[in-house]
Amino acid sequence: MNLQAVKAIYVFEMSRTFRTLLQSIVSPVISTSLYFVVFGAAIGSRIQEVDGVSYGAFIVPGLIMLTVLTQSVTNAAFGIYFPKFIGTIFELMSAPISFLEIVLGYVGAAATKALAIGLIILVTATFFVDLHIEHPVWMLVFLVLTCISFSLFGFIVGIWAQNFEQLQLIPLLVITPLVFLGGSFYSINMLPPVWQTVTLFNPVVYLISGFRWSFFGNADINVGISVAMIFLFLSLCLGIIWWIFKTGYRIKT
Amino acid sequence: MAPIVSIKNLSKTYDGGHQALRDVSLDIEEGEILALLGPNGAGKTTLISSICGLVSPSRGKITVGGFDVIDDYRKCRALIGLVPQEIVLEPFETVFRTVSFSRGLFGKPRNPALIENILGQLSLLDKRNSALNQLSGGMKRRVLIAKALSHEPRVLFLDEPTAGVDVELRKSMWAIVRELKRSGVTIILTTHYIEEAEAIADRIGIISDGQLVLAEDKAALMGRLGSKQMRIDLQTPLEQVPDALEKYELQRTEDGSALTFTYDTQGDRTGITALLNDLGSEGIRIRDVQTSQSSLEDIFVDLVKEKS
Repeated sequence: MNLQAVKAIYVFEMSRTFRTLLQSIVSPVISTSLYFVVFGAAIGSRIQEVDGVSYGAFIVPGLIMLTVLTQSVTNAAFGIYFPKFIGTIFELMSAPISFLEIVLGYVGAAATKALAIGLIILVTATFFVDLHIEHPVWMLVFLVLTCISFSLFGFIVGIWAQNFEQLQLIPLLVITPLVFLGGSFYSINMLPPVWQTVTLFNPVVYLISGFRWSFFGNADINVGISVAMIFLFLSLCLGIIWWIFKTGYRIKT
Repeated sequence: MAPIVSIKNLSKTYDGGHQALRDVSLDIEEGEILALLGPNGAGKTTLISSICGLVSPSRGKITVGGFDVIDDYRKCRALIGLVPQEIVLEPFETVFRTVSFSRGLFGKPRNPALIENILGQLSLLDKRNSALNQLSGGMKRRVLIAKALSHEPRVLFLDEPTAGVDVELRKSMWAIVRELKRSGVTIILTTHYIEEAEAIADRIGIISDGQLVLAEDKAALMGRLGSKQMRIDLQTPLEQVPDALEKYELQRTEDGSALTFTYDTQGDRTGITALLNDLGSEGIRIRDVQTSQSSLEDIFVDLVKEKS
């Protein structure tokens, strides 16, 4: 394996993050802080506890997931779409590297960025609410696995997209609704029974539920199922990427 | 010595059905400059892209440095540097970083001194910390060359390096190519400027409609260029060329009204005086004489026309 190449891609991508610090890190942190102010402090103070947790604290895992999911997908999609768009992808295709190194470099950088943003938001949250994390190791496992799987998903979106509109389509029209409807701001037990069943088809529900379990020790859904769902999604993305690698879909003529 | 690049029976048909290459075979020797000449859409870029791994060949076999481009793609590509036809660069990156990135992609460890040396050769050293979108077109082209050289390739492909470039820059590009050849790099360039092939190539390959029409030493080709034709119009048509004039290998027009004599301007004697004397002693009267020289362009146009 060409580790130098993985490092080169990773460093190059990360340097873009630092060059665009305001856009890539500061802005998601500010927008999440706004959620804390509006939902956590202003509205949350009038809402009773959910599952024995203050509402301000209850929404923290959901808010982190909302940002981490969007950032993973957007970063990874943009990371591979941009070279495709401006044409510099020729260099990746003519270098002595396999698709594996390309994926490791781009997905690694996107996941790192998303993880960093997730952790920064977590720290920011402690300024607004009292947080106690029940299972810190599991919290990290959930966070890291989510960053990796959704960066893989974003990479697929970036390969698939043929214009900027398609690039925006998935994060805006798929990820954001799924996260909002996946229990970021409420427990799914608060929904009418029919909607509870419908919600179970939303994969993000399992992510948020598992992640929330690592914070507060209780969850809407059995945590084992949550872990299984993450691995299922991860394998699905790996499978699609393997297929793209095999067929050269939208990258090779 | 084994050729550095060997192409055997290469064909490529794109998904849409367009056949870009038809059974191309070509060996490229280490250290030479080969110019691939051909009109737009002839298949030059497809040929280069197939060697560099950007296009999967439909049929045939390519090796670089003895390594197969598909089975041994890592070893093979490590030997190759590619300068694409279009200027494609990350607009906001700096010169130094983008060149270092290329080196890393090809699996080589960081080497700032070497990168600075390459930038120096290409007169880019003072621009090393400039963002790429602040450079002029000519500088961007040189950055692309620097990227291609960053991993010390043995074979360099230049796809239309001087397309849309002004005369001065073209000359400086040629100087760079000659300098690279001196450092031992094999260079394959595509162009549709015949003048460019004449100026820098050791060997010229002509591609037309996906076929390699000719691949010949430039000196040999220039030899063919060195020959001129003299057309002699006669007062009275000749039934046949007299035996005494056989040694001149004259070509008679169908109606016998003119004879064509081919001679070498590079030779000590062209044979013109002798021919005119002999024509006189045979009693053949001349009405008019005109001479013409075929250029590389003529040869090129003839070949391309012949094939299509």
